[in-house]
Amino acid sequence: MKIAVCVKQVPDTWAEKKLSDSDNTLDRASVEAVMNELDEYAVEEALLISEANDGEVVAVSMGPERAEETVRKALQMGADSGIHIHDESLKGSDALATSLVLAEVLKDRGFDLIIFGSESTDARMSVVPAMVAERLGRPQLTFANKVDVDGGTVKIQRLTDYGYDEVEGASPAVVSVVEKINEPRYPSFKGIMAAKKKPIETVALAESGIDAGQVGLGAAWSEVASAAPRPPKAAGVKIDDEGAGGSKIAEFLSEQKFI
Amino acid sequence: MKPQDRSLPTEEARDLLQLVREISDSELAPHAATYEEKEQFPRELFRLLGKSGLLGLPYPEELGGGGQPYEVYLQVIEELSRAWAAVGMGVSVHVLSCFPLATAGSPEQQERWLPDLLAGDLLGAYCLSEPESGSDAASLQTAAVPRLNGLSVTGTKAWITHAGAADFYSTMVRTGGRGPNGISCLLIDAATPGISFGPAERKMGMRSSTTAQVIFDNAIVPLSRMLGSDGEGFRIAMSALDSGRLGLAACAVGVAEAALELATEYADERQQFGRSISQYQGIGFMLADMATGIAAARALYLEAARRKDAGQAFAHEAAMAKLFASDTAMKVTTDAVQILGGAGYSQDFPAERYFREAKLLQIVEGTNQIQRLVISRGLSV
Repeated sequence: MKIAVCVKQVPDTWAEKKLSDSDNTLDRASVEAVMNELDEYAVEEALLISEANDGEVVAVSMGPERAEETVRKALQMGADSGIHIHDESLKGSDALATSLVLAEVLKDRGFDLIIFGSESTDARMSVVPAMVAERLGRPQLTFANKVDVDGGTVKIQRLTDYGYDEVEGASPAVVSVVEKINEPRYPSFKGIMAAKKKPIETVALAESGIDAGQVGLGAAWSEVASAAPRPPKAAGVKIDDEGAGGSKIAEFLSEQKFI
Repeated sequence: MKPQDRSLPTEEARDLLQLVREISDSELAPHAATYEEKEQFPRELFRLLGKSGLLGLPYPEELGGGGQPYEVYLQVIEELSRAWAAVGMGVSVHVLSCFPLATAGSPEQQERWLPDLLAGDLLGAYCLSEPESGSDAASLQTAAVPRLNGLSVTGTKAWITHAGAADFYSTMVRTGGRGPNGISCLLIDAATPGISFGPAERKMGMRSSTTAQVIFDNAIVPLSRMLGSDGEGFRIAMSALDSGRLGLAACAVGVAEAALELATEYADERQQFGRSISQYQGIGFMLADMATGIAAARALYLEAARRKDAGQAFAHEAAMAKLFASDTAMKVTTDAVQILGGAGYSQDFPAERYFREAKLLQIVEGTNQIQRLVISRGLSV
């Protein structure tokens, strides 16, 4: 079984992020870059499925030169090889362009399963897995809390606000996972050393057959016109108990989907 | 000091230190205070460190180790200790307890046991001290007497880190006459009948590291478990301590570093008379002295480590490193408590914990007075 796991390099999740003054894209130079946290769960799931099925895991990332570090991190965790899609013209690509490039690179490589984290901690759009599935014409099994591969069928539990739905599709399928699915492993020192010898294929845009005019900031369907820091936290809601306090609290919690 | 700012010989060492920082931040630092308070030994955490390959770093790859020079291994100990001193020290003690087998064991003994010791599932202890034999280690009395089925070991070892939690005990015993030449080293399996443990010592600090007496009562150890030759034990023990000392120097630098980071952050945040107290020279200069002491202590242990890695004599420098680093840690943590003021004296902040941890490092694996003895002896021609 051949599994692709898509990983993204993002600015450190807990760091304060800035947009660059010139074009309002993310200023990546000013913060430490890490593997998107949810992608660690995707890598773990890919490794678990691969270990149970004697499979092979390929880590795929689209991003600037240093995104190779994130591919390497997946290799340190145990992935077998990597693909790094890197091209100057890709800078500023939106989700549509990203999904186009990923789909073009992933197709025709014989993957039985393509796994994503359900969102990235920088853009938080959660749409790339679904778009890639759509572009490939394959089932999209998103927001998985549990994945079972049974022959040619992939079954997941899709996490919802109220519980989960059971969804299944034929392999090859595109799966995105939520953080409840597993506990990602740390790389071991042996894994770190082994990763040095694992191959990473670098793919330029031309090799994927996509025209540079279809990607990058210029081709983006949306544009960040301006940005402002999030306002400081507002005071909470105060409920005076005049006999119906309990039900008012329940109402509030229900609105917030806690109950 | 951030992992990326360290002076490291290879790219893989850089990745290793990055991994250690990640594990320290997520798995060590958040739990240290609770375990210290409950005096609970984090056995599971050592399994995680073992799985990550951190329990056998300075030993050969062929035998299951990480094949890392001391220069790298010690910086790992420093990083771990910065997050949780008892864990950093525990890793150092485990590495120390593997030393006799890794350096004095026969190839057959090494092949048979070392991979398990280094694989990360097992934890080791090093048994030299006794209730009546501390600094004067060559006076130890635990006796190993030949019997038909091996050596019968009887006696009490004191202040043993990991007592009761360890899976094997590298133990110095008397097999011959008085003095250093009558001592041998045994690799004793924890499951050997006749071993029991005293109650856990109630310590000032490093409370999550378990310390107790190990009591041998006619414990039969097969002769095949003697490491090195009969009578070679004291030399092995001293040589192990030369290296072990380096681990404790690194541990001390880690504790001091944690205290400096805490004090710096506090001094920047704490406002008095309208500005951060770090802006006052009285505090700023204290922080400067703390940082300088730490940098010097780190440089000293790294110098000793590089000598060891290059095959040069290093015992003299190792003793200096242990002495200087632990004295520095004591001074730095004392000043950290001072800078935090009332908060420094409160258990709600970790400054007082660092202070208590530093004190042990001036005592353990050879008091700093013994280090001075080693150093001064090395000066005579």
